[in-house]
Amino acid sequence: MEELGLLMQGFAVVMEPQNLLLMLVGIALGVLIGVLPGLGGANGIAILLPLTFAMPPVSAIIMLSCIYWGALFGGAITSILFNIPGEPWSVATTFDGYPMAQQGKAAEALTAAFTSSFVGAFIAIVMITFIAPVIAGFALRFGPPEFFAVMFLSFASFIGMSKGPALKTLSAMMLGFLLAAVGMDTVTGQLRMTFGSTEMIRGFDFLVAVIGLFGISEILCSIEDGLRFKGERAKIDARVVLKVWASLPKHWWLALRSSLIGCWMGITPAGATPASFMSYGVARRMSKHGASFGKGRIEGVIAPETAAHAAGTSALLPMLTLGVPGSPTAAVLLGGLIMWGLQPGPMLFVEQKDFVWGLIASMYLGNVVGLIVVLVAVPWFAAILRVPFSIIAAIILVVCAIGAFTVSNAEFDITLMLIFGVVGYVLKKLDYPLAPLVLALVLGDRTEEAFRQSLLISQGSLRVFFSNWLVSSIMAMGFALLLWPVVSWVVERINAHRSGTGAVVPREA
Amino acid sequence: MSAGRGLRMSMVEAGTALAFALAGTAAIGDSLRIGTGWGADGPQSGTFPFWIGVILVAASAGTLLQAVRARAESGLFASWGQLRLVASVLVPTALYVAAIPFTGIYLASAALVAWFMHRLGGFGWARSMAAGLGVAVTCFLVFEVWFLVQLPKGPLESLLGY
Repeated sequence: MEELGLLMQGFAVVMEPQNLLLMLVGIALGVLIGVLPGLGGANGIAILLPLTFAMPPVSAIIMLSCIYWGALFGGAITSILFNIPGEPWSVATTFDGYPMAQQGKAAEALTAAFTSSFVGAFIAIVMITFIAPVIAGFALRFGPPEFFAVMFLSFASFIGMSKGPALKTLSAMMLGFLLAAVGMDTVTGQLRMTFGSTEMIRGFDFLVAVIGLFGISEILCSIEDGLRFKGERAKIDARVVLKVWASLPKHWWLALRSSLIGCWMGITPAGATPASFMSYGVARRMSKHGASFGKGRIEGVIAPETAAHAAGTSALLPMLTLGVPGSPTAAVLLGGLIMWGLQPGPMLFVEQKDFVWGLIASMYLGNVVGLIVVLVAVPWFAAILRVPFSIIAAIILVVCAIGAFTVSNAEFDITLMLIFGVVGYVLKKLDYPLAPLVLALVLGDRTEEAFRQSLLISQGSLRVFFSNWLVSSIMAMGFALLLWPVVSWVVERINAHRSGTGAVVPREA
Repeated sequence: MSAGRGLRMSMVEAGTALAFALAGTAAIGDSLRIGTGWGADGPQSGTFPFWIGVILVAASAGTLLQAVRARAESGLFASWGQLRLVASVLVPTALYVAAIPFTGIYLASAALVAWFMHRLGGFGWARSMAAGLGVAVTCFLVFEVWFLVQLPKGPLESLLGY
């Protein structure tokens, strides 16, 4: 029970007045970011990151991670009231949340969404509290080949688990790796792929890419559908909250199952978005009232919200213990760690106890505070979307430009941000996933470094990646995931062949 | 499937795959220049990007092949009307970004907000300009005064003594 003692120390750090204040600011900003289209957890944090350089790292991570929790909560508000998912992971919440709001049950839907978000996050945090130190302790024995294997595994799982076309996932990922390699090679000092341009020597900063890919492109995508938001109104009073809370315990199994799906999908870098869809799908299939899903069932709100929040939270587990983030937002936080001068990876748990446990303690407290803030302040946050889109869009563009500039005080970065925005718009519409691109951009240098160090150890032989049972088994899992799309394609072909003219074989009983 | 006219999905799909392949080819070319083999201090700088480039070219060739094969049943990427809306945001934003080095970020931001409100939101010029000014002044107070972050400034700010 050493963890509990450390956790208590963490709480002592969080309880300092300055950190408590930053937590509140972070939550409020996060909900705002979650509500606004074009600003999400990943790019919201990317924009604010440069402003935290002067803070102590633990205060900075508390504020930024609270923005993340706030954004997770905020996504539900727009999904339910406006049928606009403020965040990709709340798309599944619109299926039943918006019909509920149309039937005048917006307050119930919102309360259920917030509460189940909280439950999902709480289960994930408890898991992190007890599992993270074990994994970190285990990972202390890792050398370069093992680290390369872990990164290989997480990139392979993108290809194996993503719903989109595997080739497009692969292309997006490789583009991320290439962009990461541009500029000075840190090992030899050689300039790579700068093609004679002095601006390229600095390389591509992933924060600029994130602001463009997730911010600007989102504005371009939402403008396509016109300029108006139409929404339902909602005010939550204590009676509704208590009534919904009284009805929630009977859904405990749904919540637990959704949390487990979320935790699993969050640790493997599949992320919150597929977790919410998967959890919604499983809930509909397992329910006796499956047919009435999509018409305003409360279970249809609980399942995706629990899973999304559990996944979003547990994405921090691999980020903290291995230095491999489980979601784009976790990747941005990881970039923050490096900028504050901390070395991500298992040594954090040994050398930076205050930082790690302060962060974990702030997750507990931040989610409680977040739940209270959103329950109380829903009408105000919803009012923001009644401001005309022409104003919001312009302000978001200005904020993104300022954010891109402040990353390294370079005007060229604003141009880059715009280019990334257009690229993101096209890729999004063509179903290229952006998360692997961003993760590859963040982890590219460290993946390459691990690869080269491993080869140095072995004098250039690739057998180093199968030199002991640990690294071999991680690599084998990676290859299994990598080959998964091929296997399932072949199986489908065989099935289609057997059933004659390639008719679709019903897979669900 | 295609309601109205516009940019076809298969065209954009093929163009994007080609662009990916081009990026991969550029990476391969540059890596070959700096060496992809085994140097005095381990793998040479080009080794990693070289193989990444090879995978990228292969993957985008596959995507291109699929796009060409499915071109008959592909729908619209976006209708012309939608693209006009996107351009109504993208063109002013591009001008905004281009203007920042000359006017500084505050003046350009005020103009962007005012333009968006007037053209896209249908507000009167007086209210739009006032809102633009308000946004610029707020940003100035937050960044220059409160957070002490230096943002790009132009002739107007230096006239005012900053």
